Amino acid sequence: MTEAFRDKIDIALTVNGEAVEARVPAGRHMIDFLRLDLGLTGAHAGCEHGVCGACTIHVDGQAVRGCLMLAAQADGTEVWTLEGLTETGVIRDLQDAFVARNALQCGYCTPGMLASIKELLDQGGVPDRAAIREHLSGNYCRCTGYEAIIDAVESVAKARAGEAV
Amino acid sequence: MINKPVEAGTCKGGIRMKALAGGYARAKDVAHALDLLAQADGLGRVLAGGQSLIAAMNMRLSTGDMLVDISRIADLRGVAVVDGMLRIGALTRHAEVGADPLVAEHAPLLVQAVQHIAHAAIRNRGTIGGSLAHADPAAEFPACVLALGGTIHLQGPQGARQVAAEDFFVDVFETAIEEGEILTAITLPLIEPGERHVLIETARRSGDYALAGLCVVKRQAGHRVSAFSVGPRPLLALEAMACLDKGDLTGAVAALRGEIDPPSDTQATAAYRRHLAGVLLSRAVNDLTGETA
Repeated sequence: MTEAFRDKIDIALTVNGEAVEARVPAGRHMIDFLRLDLGLTGAHAGCEHGVCGACTIHVDGQAVRGCLMLAAQADGTEVWTLEGLTETGVIRDLQDAFVARNALQCGYCTPGMLASIKELLDQGGVPDRAAIREHLSGNYCRCTGYEAIIDAVESVAKARAGEAV
Repeated sequence: MINKPVEAGTCKGGIRMKALAGGYARAKDVAHALDLLAQADGLGRVLAGGQSLIAAMNMRLSTGDMLVDISRIADLRGVAVVDGMLRIGALTRHAEVGADPLVAEHAPLLVQAVQHIAHAAIRNRGTIGGSLAHADPAAEFPACVLALGGTIHLQGPQGARQVAAEDFFVDVFETAIEEGEILTAITLPLIEPGERHVLIETARRSGDYALAGLCVVKRQAGHRVSAFSVGPRPLLALEAMACLDKGDLTGAVAALRGEIDPPSDTQATAAYRRHLAGVLLSRAVNDLTGETA
């Protein structure tokens, strides 16, 4: 290997508001970095090739697939996982709506669902059910049949917009 | 294809899908990236948005790559009108292409394409240059650039060169990019008065790869039709285009079905894809002319 290429890369980033420094293998993706190195098991490793959406996290304000981003690429970024989103309370209403409407059963997809939905709700307005479905088309749920999830998202969007739920 | 033995990962779970990269380097600019590729002894692999490459690495379809991460090169990102052409930087992300006012004005076909590409989280990181360089036969952007008669800009150790979209796509995952070269931008002609674009496809789930898809561009000089997911590379359907120019939609549908050579797989048979392509052409043309199918 030439000197320019490294098999271990030093990174410095912010995770859930805290500064983190680490040395990561070149092939390590973000989900393994978060789960195995940092112990943040909120985001789940599902299919690990970008299909299921269970690993969805926020990087620099955008929802991304944690399994399709290398930890080495996260140098200098601001990362939020379910742990941080929960602690800061920014999706409290959404989490409550998931519970109230039984929008989860096994819960495996839920962290990714919440991260994806946060991006949609942050755009403001009240998306119609088709738009909610389209936005969540990249998040698999094998338990609920999705209806309760759509219900939860719709109710939160309406509540945030001050509409009757 | 992922049934080959996989080494146990480092986690307690035992055998897992884990990427094995040979090494990683972050390029500061294009010259640095070319230098890194030259140092990689043929193992260099350009990493842009990573939405196909990292998936392939996780599945061990690609191992030992010396990754040259170009994703921070700001010069390669953004959309502008330059010398009477629409220029889209290679690192412009799908979500940015879909929201860009210049793209909406001059290449609405690309905006339509973005709505079909994967899902929101993937569109936030995937890049148009990466899509073209990857040359997945089921991808939308390669077919769009072909239908629009675009030009692909490459930079390599010998300098810059341009390749017409017609000459760029060679085979499955294979393009005219030579060893050591990087795709830097795409240029497209500016839209002319009355020009119309339609992208139409059928997929089993929103965001999945199309079973078959078509791009139809109508200009004063005539129609341009490209088909994707129906062969090893996006195909410019020359006979169907000639029929459409004569106003013969029935002939165009028959011609298209003869021109394509779609694969059979678990998603659809070749016969179904061939049938579907013809149906999609009728719908696209009816959409162009404002009639209902």
